[in-house]
Amino acid sequence: MSSAETNRSPFDPAVLFKAVFLAVVAVFVLVPLLATLLGGFKSLGELRVNPFGLPRHWEWQNYADILFSGRYWQLLRNSLIISTLTVALTLIVASMAAFTFAHIKFYGSSMLLSYLTLGLLFPAATAVLPLFIKVRDLGLLDTYFGVALPQVAFSLAMSVLLLRRFFKDIPYELLEAALVDGCSYVKFFRYVTLPLSRPILATVGTITFVNSWNAYLLPLVMLNTDALYPWPLGIMVYQGEYSSEWHLILAFITLTILPTIILFLLAQKHIVAGLTAGAVKG
Amino acid sequence: MGVAGGMVQQVTVRGPSWDGRLTVLILFLPPALLLFTLFVVLPIGEAAWYSAFNWNGFGRPSNWIGFDNYRFVLETRAFWLALRNNGLIIAVSLAIQLPLALTLALMLAERFRGAVALRTLFFMPYILAEIATGLIFSFVYDGDYGLVASIWRTFGAEPPHLLASTDTAMLAVLIVIVWKYFGFHMMLFIAALQSLDKSLIEAARIDGATRSQALRHVVIPLLYPTIRLSVFFAIVGSLQLFDLVMPLTRGGPADSSNTMVSFLYNNGISRMRVGYGSAIGVILFAICVTFAFTYKRWFMRDE
Repeated sequence: MSSAETNRSPFDPAVLFKAVFLAVVAVFVLVPLLATLLGGFKSLGELRVNPFGLPRHWEWQNYADILFSGRYWQLLRNSLIISTLTVALTLIVASMAAFTFAHIKFYGSSMLLSYLTLGLLFPAATAVLPLFIKVRDLGLLDTYFGVALPQVAFSLAMSVLLLRRFFKDIPYELLEAALVDGCSYVKFFRYVTLPLSRPILATVGTITFVNSWNAYLLPLVMLNTDALYPWPLGIMVYQGEYSSEWHLILAFITLTILPTIILFLLAQKHIVAGLTAGAVKG
Repeated sequence: MGVAGGMVQQVTVRGPSWDGRLTVLILFLPPALLLFTLFVVLPIGEAAWYSAFNWNGFGRPSNWIGFDNYRFVLETRAFWLALRNNGLIIAVSLAIQLPLALTLALMLAERFRGAVALRTLFFMPYILAEIATGLIFSFVYDGDYGLVASIWRTFGAEPPHLLASTDTAMLAVLIVIVWKYFGFHMMLFIAALQSLDKSLIEAARIDGATRSQALRHVVIPLLYPTIRLSVFFAIVGSLQLFDLVMPLTRGGPADSSNTMVSFLYNNGISRMRVGYGSAIGVILFAICVTFAFTYKRWFMRDE
């Protein structure tokens, strides 16, 4: 923690221990990921004798076959549709509710807010059977909305809390001045609150996106048609079909996690801020 | 602005502004409340209702059996195994993952070449989908092609099928859990360390505390709120764990690696035993809510 000791010699045992420790953890994290990436470039026979090292013969065919198959793109497209629906609806619905809770005092306001935060207490899985029956009765089974709407509902609690805290920090004088100038609340929301809140909207949007993109249980329960499957479902089906042809499965895994990793490296700040957001109390 | 001026404007604004507020209330709040009630709150209530029936989900529930579903759940050996496994996950999170995350955070909160890259690397498993992580590790553990098998073979031993044995399946799952989640907890600690008041640590050092004394008596106590939060996330995470288990073991062999949610899936959802599954859901709900309130009350009072 203190900067006084950063200039110690590299042969200090403490520094050495630290370097070794970090290296061991880095290897522990990296090896499965690299083996997956490289495994996709091997033939099944080589994988068996050489699972760790670089491929002796690079089999581009494994990756090419998947990239040129309609299947991979269909899975990504389905995931993208469901995640985009979820993010868009969450942002709209949650920011409207958060705006109300932040700026309008009304009877029952704090009670309703606590009601929404009940959603933080338990996982979606607890009520997934009744949820399935509800979605079925609404005629949404086997549709994108049948997955997206429950996902929105479950992401509301956290989203409303995060957004409300940010909206509350927008200076009240700004709202007052706008109202005096004849701007309505709705217009204020649209033209002042939302543009000023881009960072928090990006954060909430990213958390919701990552959660929806990676989700497995809800789509598993709500979708029956292969053509609608998002990638986590699709990859499980793929694994079932090619049960021990690991070179193909590894290539498929690599290609499906690639978008996540790229997005993570691009939007790292928002993702880390968003996913650790619960840590900052407000 | 003078008081009088303020008064005048108050009067002119009040009419339209109240209308505006009413519009907002009527337009802005209902979508969230409706979605939340329909898809989160009602299903929980319905789970309690359905759990009193023997019902396969078709038609209306009519075969009322009272609390029998709860009795059936509690009489199932797999339920207690799942509960034990959730306990194991929590124990490993506390005994291994948390110290590991804290140690790494203390190392990586300092600035040095590569610190940021290592933070990114360690956080990466957390953002990978659990399904993908599970599949990656089912390769790692594969008895024929996997990494573990290859290590075993270099020592001339017959490679084990870790995921296929009731003795090792849960252990294998636990290792994956640490692999996937330690980076998240590390980030929590790094964020907390970076917002610490450095002057407190410097003061301790000036007063003659050694580096490790300052760590033990100043830094760690200052991190208590974050530690409590990290424990909270570890427990909540264990209670929802499902996606990771499915590609690895599906809860097997012989239910040895089920979590509460995979037990719910295998016994309630996949067989459409709505009443039985709802009873499991209600029990899980009760555990979550009891835990959340108790924990908040006992450990997070000051926050």
